[in-house]
Amino acid sequence: MSVSDLTPLSAPGGSTVRAVHDEFHGDLLEVSMGPHHPSTHGVFRMIVTLDGETIVKLKPVFGYLHRNHEKLGENTTYLASMPYTDRLDYLNSMTNNWAYAVAVEKLAGLAVPERAEYVRVILAELTRLLNHSCLAGFLMQDCGCSGTPLMYAFREREKILDLFESLSGSRMMCNYQRFGGCRVDPSADWLAGAQRLTDGYGAFLDEFEALLTGNEILMARTQGVGRLSSALAISAGVTGPALRATGVAHDLRKVDGYGVYPRFDFRVPLGDHGDTYDRYMIRILEMRESLKILSQALAGLPGGPIMDPKAKLRGFRPKAGEAYGRIEGPKGEIGFYLISDGSANPYRYRVRPPSFINLTILEDMCLGRTVADAVIILGSVDIVLGEVDR
Amino acid sequence: MDTVEQLRDRLLARFPGAGITVVANPSPAAQHSLLLTAATARDLALFLRDEPGLQFDQCSNVTGVDWPDKEIVDTTKVTLPDPAGGPPKVVEQKSKRVEPGCLEVVYHLYSIALRHGPVILRLRTANRTDSVTLPSLTPVWRSCEFQEREVFDLFGVVFAGHPDLRRILMWDGYQDHPMRRDYVEPDSYEWEPTPHGEVLAKARQHYPAPAAAPEAPKP
Repeated sequence: MSVSDLTPLSAPGGSTVRAVHDEFHGDLLEVSMGPHHPSTHGVFRMIVTLDGETIVKLKPVFGYLHRNHEKLGENTTYLASMPYTDRLDYLNSMTNNWAYAVAVEKLAGLAVPERAEYVRVILAELTRLLNHSCLAGFLMQDCGCSGTPLMYAFREREKILDLFESLSGSRMMCNYQRFGGCRVDPSADWLAGAQRLTDGYGAFLDEFEALLTGNEILMARTQGVGRLSSALAISAGVTGPALRATGVAHDLRKVDGYGVYPRFDFRVPLGDHGDTYDRYMIRILEMRESLKILSQALAGLPGGPIMDPKAKLRGFRPKAGEAYGRIEGPKGEIGFYLISDGSANPYRYRVRPPSFINLTILEDMCLGRTVADAVIILGSVDIVLGEVDR
Repeated sequence: MDTVEQLRDRLLARFPGAGITVVANPSPAAQHSLLLTAATARDLALFLRDEPGLQFDQCSNVTGVDWPDKEIVDTTKVTLPDPAGGPPKVVEQKSKRVEPGCLEVVYHLYSIALRHGPVILRLRTANRTDSVTLPSLTPVWRSCEFQEREVFDLFGVVFAGHPDLRRILMWDGYQDHPMRRDYVEPDSYEWEPTPHGEVLAKARQHYPAPAAAPEAPKP
């Protein structure tokens, strides 16, 4: 078997949807990477077919962390699903909460007080800082740069998690957003702490970038690796930094303008080549934009209630209907699709997981590269298995 | 962007007799959807993707919904004359009928180029048992590849024309579809037949068990 035996289907961007070939061929070597492999970011497996050292086929295998999250959502009340959403992408519980809250608010037509919208923006941007810092650290770890960048990133992440803990009571499983607002009002001390963190984060990014961005080894290792064309990225539903690295200006904060994002002045960084280096660089630039949003949101935070006083959390029964709500999470478009039949539980509860859908083109990015490249390409896609497998 | 009704008319002008129904959504979100027939779904999807004014280039979300068979009890009031000559009696008669269920696949389309959406497409199977095939939209939008596999895995919808239709979250060889409403969890996921049971039965023939011996463990 050779690569040309696999006939690609016609799809935009010269996509290569391949048929499965089961026949064994002596010249090719099939390697199972994972599920217990440090580079797969969790329990994820790739069945890689190698011709020499070149990847000719790569099939991801999922489901090691599958607990049928959507069925759990159908069997619990709307409010009781909120802490479950923390467990999807366990690095970014705040944005998961927000996406779920947006979907339920659309379904029931709830309003959100202005102060809560600002607090949500502050928390979402802190989450973005946390996620992108960690991702850059993990990516460096995948490149073989052991320890230092990841520990620097974790040092900063710890400061953000301290803020989350003092606000919500939990470092990672925050369970903070509610339909129609947020659970607790941040104190003046907390806001001062967030301001201090925002002021200091730029210095960390400078330090981080001095270490990495111009680094010759990193450039040689990542530039031109795992190229993705914009047409294929759009067709494959890739969202988030991986899509913007291919040069497509698509950021839901701008496109949908949900919450109070239209009030803030920020830019959407775009890549040029769609390779691994661009995906790294986009995240660094996005963090700088997040800092801009954070300082604007902290400066303009209005007073008032944090919860809609009319919102009813217990015994919440939205009228029959359906809604799809989505926000720009750090990993891409995270959406929730809910169908209500008028009872206390959703009839259908669907999560649109960005990292699962971003994996669709993993094979296309890895074909023709080596195993060592596959590791960093996977690292640059930014997956969390809690969300991939649900 | 067009409303759903305008979009339907536009599609019907291009594909007469395509059989498109608007499914209204009564919630405040008011995201109405278009119910397509399996025969024309692929052509309509291609049109939605490539038509200059529409350009739905991103299929964001694909999911399944299970609508089980519904048993509906109709109550009708019948007036019966009293043979004894009294006033006529009003009797309630109940009749049962079964509304057949279906499996539904929902696609959320957005346009990145023109920044509009969502347009929601729905496809329904004829029933939930033997006629569960729908056309795959993976050749139109690549993002359907894993999500249709997931719908196949968890709901049991078979997508004709999908390049690689295998289970994705449950393991190969798993029988049921866990997201169906009538799914019953097995007592044990771990149990599998071993030769031990047969060996034990053979051994029993040679060595009759004493009267008070406990029974062999059932699998």
